[in-house]
Amino acid sequence: MVAIKDVNPVQAAPRNEGVQAPPPALSVAGLTVAYGEKPAVFSVDMTVAQGTMTAIVGPNGAGKSTLLKAVLGLVKPLSGEVRLFGLALSRARDRIAYVPQRASVDWDFPARVIDVVLMGLHRELGLLRRVRPEHLDRARACLARVGMQDFATRQIGQLSGGQQQRVFLARALVQQADLYLLDEPFAGVDAATEKAIIGVLKELQAEGRSIVAVHHDLSTVRAYFDHLFLINTRAIAAGPVADVFTGENLQRAYGGRLGEAQLAGGTLTG
Amino acid sequence: MIWQALTLQLGYNATLVALGATLLGIAAGVTGSFLFLRKRALVSDAVSHATLPGIGLAFIVMVAMGGDGRFLPGLLLGAALSSGLGLLLIAWMMRRTRLSEDAAIGAVLSVFFGAGIVLLTVIQSMNAGRQAGLDTVLLGSTAGMLQSDALVIAAGGAVVLLLVLLLRRPMLVVGFDPDYAAVSGTNVGRIDLAMMGLVMAVTVLGITTVGLILIVALLIIPPVTARLWTDHALRMVALAGVVGGLSAYVGAAVSATAPALPTGPIIVLASFVLFALSMILAPARGGLALIRRQMRFRRRVHRRQGLLALAVGQTIHEPFTLALLRREGLARADGVPTDAGRAAAAKALLDEARWAALRADPAHGLSASRYDALTRIETVLTPDQIAELDRHLPRPRGVS
Repeated sequence: MVAIKDVNPVQAAPRNEGVQAPPPALSVAGLTVAYGEKPAVFSVDMTVAQGTMTAIVGPNGAGKSTLLKAVLGLVKPLSGEVRLFGLALSRARDRIAYVPQRASVDWDFPARVIDVVLMGLHRELGLLRRVRPEHLDRARACLARVGMQDFATRQIGQLSGGQQQRVFLARALVQQADLYLLDEPFAGVDAATEKAIIGVLKELQAEGRSIVAVHHDLSTVRAYFDHLFLINTRAIAAGPVADVFTGENLQRAYGGRLGEAQLAGGTLTG
Repeated sequence: MIWQALTLQLGYNATLVALGATLLGIAAGVTGSFLFLRKRALVSDAVSHATLPGIGLAFIVMVAMGGDGRFLPGLLLGAALSSGLGLLLIAWMMRRTRLSEDAAIGAVLSVFFGAGIVLLTVIQSMNAGRQAGLDTVLLGSTAGMLQSDALVIAAGGAVVLLLVLLLRRPMLVVGFDPDYAAVSGTNVGRIDLAMMGLVMAVTVLGITTVGLILIVALLIIPPVTARLWTDHALRMVALAGVVGGLSAYVGAAVSATAPALPTGPIIVLASFVLFALSMILAPARGGLALIRRQMRFRRRVHRRQGLLALAVGQTIHEPFTLALLRREGLARADGVPTDAGRAAAAKALLDEARWAALRADPAHGLSASRYDALTRIETVLTPDQIAELDRHLPRPRGVS
């Protein structure tokens, strides 16, 4: 369980000096996850301060989603520790909400949009409590927040990709969590959905909540996020976007895979 | 005779058996629905076949202890133990080896069933009472069923139904999105285990009535049938219960009229009739509806293409399109548009231009995403919005 910190180029999180700073929304120390005998994430440290919006960025197969899944307890890490608001995952579940990749489920499942959003309440409802009008109101309010209020009784199989993604976000919103973890929320969605989702995420941040999203579109990193975590199996760089989003760091994360054009073009200047 | 059986006029015992079977059928349909939604329907086949060696061993043990080899609770206990072992083996093989689930199911199913058949053969050669009837566990029979047996089955079915009712919410969440369920604190492994336990309970209870070879049909056909009728998960579950209950009731009642008739096949055939009818008739997903929708779609595509061709001054030669347009009085036999056809063509062209403008404007993303070349723009935008759109439209030719 010992992280090899001295070879890790990422700066350690600043210690909370002085009095009672709030614990970070997420802190990861020495996390290694392997599939079979190939590490997908190796000895990663990561700290997400409360109230920030962080993009996890890296090339395909760099372990972005794996890192997120390890944080959420969906894959078992080989070593390392994950803390959410200073707590172990099992004690922090009420404070986190997960928005999976929308392609991870079968949308032919017999459910209406409102049923999927209500699934966000199943932890709160437990086995015995009935769905009451106030629960329905909350679910509808969350649908309205993502602009899907007119689709409440629509079959989920009839939704477009962007609409599916909004429904997933609404299901997480209804949990009223403090930390939202999203896996590729903008993958394959229309421009209007992308705008709607980023609008909601910025609102959440304005309310003091924290957001961590696996993200693949370098051209929007600056506009959407204030913190950046670059990963390629190892952590490459982490910190405020202004400091970390540099050509040098991207080159180190993407290697030859990042075209010169992408580096020189609007990506870094935008 | 069959009518009397169906209206429960064959005496107290037959009535009790039919009611027990019905309750079992409801429990099977309802439980099978969650298995179906979790996409693990085939596991039930392994569960049922894996009961056989347990039944054989239980029989041998009970006879050796000087008891009645066909004492139902004893047989059910043996069945539960060996199918539970089969389930554990499947889970173990999937975790420890790189075998996929279907391979693990196939291996467990065949080995357990083979071992069970060997045990049954051994039992045939033993000189113990009533063993001649033990092979009814394969295909089911209500003929020799005791009142106490029917009561055990009915009570077991009721307990299973209650448990399913209690666990319906986590089972649905896990069925739709297991990762999300896990993150929000559901122990997915435990819910799956509970679900498999309930399937095992239904299987074990159904052994004497439906038989272990065919119980899988009672777990799978009702949910598949119900799925054809509804897009709502809990309604599907309830409907599957009705289909299962009805099939089991018919099967038990019919087989009561002819003791030589095994119950299982009749139950399965009854549920298959319901499935086949649904397959054809179901309003959204049934075969007739599908054909009707495809034909309607084909007509809409051809009509639209025809109008857009007319709008740019082409004549229509394609016979299907021409027939469509002529039927509506939009074109003449030689493919030249009528006045009405010219107007409709101009409207189609204008709508295309409106759509193009809509799709060029990022503010209308969601509306624009409805474009599929067929959807009428009036169904997406209000008249005010269309008028607003038209103000910015370059006038296409052919519109007065």
